[in-house]
Amino acid sequence: MADAVIVVTLLLTAACATAAVTQRDPARQALVLSVLGVVLAALFTVLQAPDVGLSQLAVGSALTPLLIMLSVRKTRRRGRSKEDRE
Amino acid sequence: MNRLRLWLLAVGGTGLAALLVAACLDLPRFGGRSHPYGDRAVHASLRRHIANTIASVNFDQRAYDTLGEMSILFAAVLGCVVLLRQTRDEHRAPPEPAEVARPVRRYALLVLPVALVTGLYVIAHGQLSPGGGFQGGVVAATALHLLYLGADYGALERVRPLGVYETTDALAVSSYVVLGLAGLLAGTAFLANTLLPYGTFNTLSSGGTVPLLNAAVGMEVAGAATVLLAHFLDQAVEIEDATEEEPGK
Repeated sequence: MADAVIVVTLLLTAACATAAVTQRDPARQALVLSVLGVVLAALFTVLQAPDVGLSQLAVGSALTPLLIMLSVRKTRRRGRSKEDRE
Repeated sequence: MNRLRLWLLAVGGTGLAALLVAACLDLPRFGGRSHPYGDRAVHASLRRHIANTIASVNFDQRAYDTLGEMSILFAAVLGCVVLLRQTRDEHRAPPEPAEVARPVRRYALLVLPVALVTGLYVIAHGQLSPGGGFQGGVVAATALHLLYLGADYGALERVRPLGVYETTDALAVSSYVVLGLAGLLAGTAFLANTLLPYGTFNTLSSGGTVPLLNAAVGMEVAGAATVLLAHFLDQAVEIEDATEEEPGK
């Protein structure tokens, strides 16, 4: 039973990670990354490392995607204002 | 020349792959029953009345490593603050108050206090249950930013005096070092957990200096994450190039 849960979470992690790589739009990538963070946190918890799971949940699924989204917003805004001038 | 480089890469890559495979073949089996390091860590942790062995490893057995990690985070945030500062050709335009959909606002304002208390709980119970200063600090810091989702940036800026968080960050790092030096002055060693009584097992005050070091890390991480997010948010929402026309769009 425990092995089955490990296999399922491992497969989910692989699927999410592949989705994050194949997605080309950085804003969407951030969202997929957030889902990947949750799945990875589940995997760590299943592997009996709840401390690492909590770190992964806080950093990987909240902080990192937020920072990426903010950076994307900044660069898009700059790009838009340059287009306006030309 | 190019060909030579490719060859070199191929040889290096093959060597590395071979070594990695050889190392993997020698690893203990997945889910095995023999954990020599784990047994010793648990033993040391129980001797000092710390219920969460991970906290014992982080703040007692390997407290020196945690000091390094803490300094890395501090230096990284400092670097971001310098990089993301407002330069001479940029100006600040306070963003327009944003319209927030009512369910989003209700959800954010409902979850905010719950998330904040969860973060503080995780910090406070670092030596008892999974989690600790780092995890709780990040949760508490991100919880505060639900205000940006639920209201707008102006509201967040009013409850987040940045100077206080920057000072907290620096003070927390110094207090960790001071706690370490206190061990030295008491005649043992830097960051040695011999200063305080170990207390009753599985209570908030157990574990000697572990709860104090854990709290210092919690303060540092909460401050660092808030300062980091504040500078990213400033760049994304407020600070504009001289060439930009539209304010706060």
